Amino acid sequence: MAEKVLEIKNLTKKFPDGTVALNDISVSFEKGDLIAVIGPSGAGKSTFLRSINRLQEPTFGEILIEGKDILKTKGSSLRKLRRKVGMVFQGYNLIKRSSVLQNVLHGRLGYSSSIKGSLGMFSQQERKRALEVLIRMGLEEQTLKRADECSGGQQQRVGIARAMMQDPVILLADEPIASLDPASSARVMNYIKIMSQEQGITAIVNLHQVDYAKSFATRIIGIRAGEIMYDGPPHLLSEHIIKDLYQDQYAEEARAQ
Amino acid sequence: MKKNIKVWLVAGVAFLLFILSLAQLGLSRERLSAAYDRGMVIVDSMIPPSVSNPSNVATAALESLHVAVLGTLFGVVFSLILAVFAARNLTPHFTVSVAVKSFAAFVRAVPALIWAILFIIAVGLGPTPGILALAVNSIGMLVKVYAEAIEEIDIGIVEAMKSTGASPMQLVFQGVLPTMMSALVSWSIFRFDINIRYAAILGIVGAGGIGWELVRASRMAAYSEVMGITLVIFFMILVVENVTRLLKKRLDLASMETVRS
Ligand SMILES: Nc1ncnc2c1ncn2[C@@H]1O[C@H](COP(=O)(O)OP(=O)(O)OP(=O)(O)O)[C@@H](O)[C@H]1O
Ligand SMILES: [Mg+2]
Repeated sequence: MAEKVLEIKNLTKKFPDGTVALNDISVSFEKGDLIAVIGPSGAGKSTFLRSINRLQEPTFGEILIEGKDILKTKGSSLRKLRRKVGMVFQGYNLIKRSSVLQNVLHGRLGYSSSIKGSLGMFSQQERKRALEVLIRMGLEEQTLKRADECSGGQQQRVGIARAMMQDPVILLADEPIASLDPASSARVMNYIKIMSQEQGITAIVNLHQVDYAKSFATRIIGIRAGEIMYDGPPHLLSEHIIKDLYQDQYAEEARAQ
Repeated sequence: MKKNIKVWLVAGVAFLLFILSLAQLGLSRERLSAAYDRGMVIVDSMIPPSVSNPSNVATAALESLHVAVLGTLFGVVFSLILAVFAARNLTPHFTVSVAVKSFAAFVRAVPALIWAILFIIAVGLGPTPGILALAVNSIGMLVKVYAEAIEEIDIGIVEAMKSTGASPMQLVFQGVLPTMMSALVSWSIFRFDINIRYAAILGIVGAGGIGWELVRASRMAAYSEVMGITLVIFFMILVVENVTRLLKKRLDLASMETVRS
């Protein structure tokens, strides 16, 4: 059996307004898997992902990253654990006015001293690494451009490069291709897949396109109303299950029409 | 119809207040016309303007400039630090944000000249209290506008930096500062424009600079000197304003460039 990188126990998130976004979720993830999380809008996919690196504070539960509960850490030990978890966002979230290279180097901030990192002083080695990652992502032409001068697909690859610089064991991606055209989408998903396979990174990707989930993921988790409805390999995800998963959304859309 | 009555009522009250104020101030027609005559005499004696000791006046003008530059610089640095704690999206706790913002509001409510007088009491005459007064007065305004600029930053940027394991200081320097740079620069330049004006008159209360020369000349009834120094102040502000305007134009062009691409 493969090594468990991430173990989630009884994860629950209740918002102050009473919304239960995650209801007692327990699940574990193995090294090198590419997991697609699918489910209707409002199911709790983002909340689930953002709980893992604590961009959102869960109400209850345990999140063990290589055996260490991130919910029990704070301050610098939280930051140390966070650098093991790279994250890619739908809106890229790059520093627009900084260069592509600088943005990629930001992935090293968690490893550098506070002062050096603040001043943007990175070692020769780190710069070399950043260039290699950029070349790997097909971005060598963009290295010195300002981040907002790049296309959406390029910016998302910069986002992945930044996450890769963290030497992560886990890569989280919340709808990484929702704002991209099909060609860029496939390219971005491909890079995530390659990184996951080559470096043994456990990638957890929220997707709302089931076809992408099926063609890229090694495992699919279906969430509905804060609970896991499906957890298994892509080929076992039947039309029937998909319909079941999205039933509320279908009903809503039907009502709207 | 009803509206008409309201207008007349307001106008009546305003007129009454005007008469009352006139009576309170003891402004009489005789005094007003006498002031006119006196004024004409002074204006007469102001022409031609002169500067009896150019090197003295030049030094004083330069001192005003120094006071404005240093006051702005200290103001900018401290405002930035405080703004990080004041901005709702970065503050460690919302009470800290409220506290810093209230502090800035209080500082803002006290005029620069009063700060100068307070600092003269604290550290004595000279340019130092002037610099401190302008720094504090700048903080009152800059903390507010910087904090607002920080609050406009996309929360996603903050989250992205946090998820790399960056420290709060790294987040500010590598994420927040570059993002708010254009707002930061244009507000700081705007503040410098204000500060150079203050620096020119702070000397009146003894806080260094050319204002003191102005007071000295007027006390000696050297009205042509007063006029001369006023002109120097005028040109000093004119030059500074044009330099900062050029700077701003450059920056606007630079940011337009980025919008285009
Ligand atoms: N700050 C909040 N306060 C209250 N409720 C919230 C908040 N954020 C999210 N929710 C609720 O929690 C539930 C899960 O939201 P979440 O964003 O995780 O869904 P999602 O599966 O990512 O949806 P989508 O596909 O639209 O991104 C939703 O019902 C949502 O309305
Ligand atoms: Mg979502």
